[in-house]
Amino acid sequence: MRKLKEFIIEKLILLCGLASILFVALIFLFLLKEGLALFKTILPKDFLFGHKWYPISEPALFGILPLILGSFLVTAGAAVISVPIGVACAVYIAEVAPAKLKEILKAGIELLAAIPSVVLGFIGMVTLVPWVKTLFHLPTGLTALSGSIMLAFMAMPTIVSIAEDALYSVPKTYKEGALALGATHWQAIWRVMLPAAGSGILAAVMLGIGRVIGETMAVMMITGNSAVMPASILEPVRTLTATVAAEMGEAVVGSEHYFALFAVGIVLFVISFFINVTADLSLHRKK
Amino acid sequence: MRNSLRTQKIAFFFLLLATLLIVVPVGLIILIIIQKGWPALSWQFLSDIPRQGMRAGGIFPAIVGTVYLVSGAIIFALPIGLAAAIYLSEYAQDNFLTRLIKLSIVNLAGVPSVVYGLFGLALFVVFCKFGASILSGSLTLGIMILPLIITASREALGSVPDTFREVSLSLGASRWQTIRHIVLPNAVPGILTGTILGLGRAAGETAPILFTVAAFYLPQLPHSIFDQAMALPYHLYVISTQVPNVDEKIRYGTALVLLVIVLAMNLVAIIIRYRLRQRKKW
Repeated sequence: MRKLKEFIIEKLILLCGLASILFVALIFLFLLKEGLALFKTILPKDFLFGHKWYPISEPALFGILPLILGSFLVTAGAAVISVPIGVACAVYIAEVAPAKLKEILKAGIELLAAIPSVVLGFIGMVTLVPWVKTLFHLPTGLTALSGSIMLAFMAMPTIVSIAEDALYSVPKTYKEGALALGATHWQAIWRVMLPAAGSGILAAVMLGIGRVIGETMAVMMITGNSAVMPASILEPVRTLTATVAAEMGEAVVGSEHYFALFAVGIVLFVISFFINVTADLSLHRKK
Repeated sequence: MRNSLRTQKIAFFFLLLATLLIVVPVGLIILIIIQKGWPALSWQFLSDIPRQGMRAGGIFPAIVGTVYLVSGAIIFALPIGLAAAIYLSEYAQDNFLTRLIKLSIVNLAGVPSVVYGLFGLALFVVFCKFGASILSGSLTLGIMILPLIITASREALGSVPDTFREVSLSLGASRWQTIRHIVLPNAVPGILTGTILGLGRAAGETAPILFTVAAFYLPQLPHSIFDQAMALPYHLYVISTQVPNVDEKIRYGTALVLLVIVLAMNLVAIIIRYRLRQRKKW
């Protein structure tokens, strides 16, 4: 009797263990189920490379190139800002900061990770957006640049914590060897620690970028949401995520527009899948 | 040598500067929200329904909706997540299947939140015909926080020393008895920490509930899990972008309530973790 009970429990546990595989598969399947319906009427080429996203005009046009470029522009801007600052912060926390300060700084970074993105979006709207507007004398502060700054900020916890772990996992002997040879602390960090932690830092950067591409609410609130081919970082843009979030509420279930938004979802899923798998590989190669 | 020491000084100064560039704005953001949101807080604001097209009144239905959603998410995600963690930590061998499970968890954690929204819409709202409801929203949020709960629980289970298991097994206890009576009780604080962090995450997310549950405005509270509900993060989004001329005080007040709920949960988790570290006997 007891054996039977345990047998059942252990099978249930195995089943729950498999649940994550099931959910990833389900997410992908349901995106495909709804998204691929679009390609009965529209060529994949026109979808990916079309210059015009006019989902509700007659005839509707579903070219997501402006959205891809919008996402790319905002993400590239965020990466340029967040990678150097984030890695520098990780080095400071892992190597330079005194023990007490280290705890405070880590708590601060954790705090940032906890703030909901809609709150950050709101704060960005009332502080950052007017600031960008006056600084660059623009007609509106809702620009790709504002989005980049906000997203860079939101990517920091990911980049800092993973890069910090990568630095900790460099064997102590490396650093001691460098110091024994007469290197200064900074030389040991710059020439020995950073290269040794390279693959971990790369993973940190990639996961940070993954976070930025997938971010929705803040980016929808502060990038201005104009689905046109972006010409500069000081103009309003619209990202893939913001398009889905902003338009799905109005799309009729089963309409072309509905299918098109799911097709955008497929693109997002595939991008995040590649980023996560590559980051995971580069984290594991280290060991 | 003096030259390289000067380089070091300059380099460390820039490292400090970068750190301050992150930490100072975090402090400022929280201070601004507290300072500007505090005057809006009152018993009426917390207990009244929104009035005059959400330009006055309170946010009670949104708070209630968020509580329902978060409870539903955790009821769904905790048993599955915990069992999955037990599987990975106690049963799984180092084989292809385990590798695949781990990769799936990494991917679940990385799926953009708005894609969870699409998935919830396609599976729960349309395919299962739950409609836009608390049930659909809770399940969507539950799947979203699953990786967080699995990872935290697994860490907690893994930190129970192997000697505990060996002693229990050598006394004739079965594998499940060992897990149930020895491993789990010792891992509870860690599991609790992960669960609370999951709660905080679910309370703050907006994109997954956009099309699965969130109502723009509902004057009454939901009656069953098949009703739509308002939710705090969506309400904040609505009054800051969709409704013109909302008093700034109300916006900041809503942001403050949401922030306090989320940060309070994180604080509780941090305290549990801290006390756990102090008390650890092994």
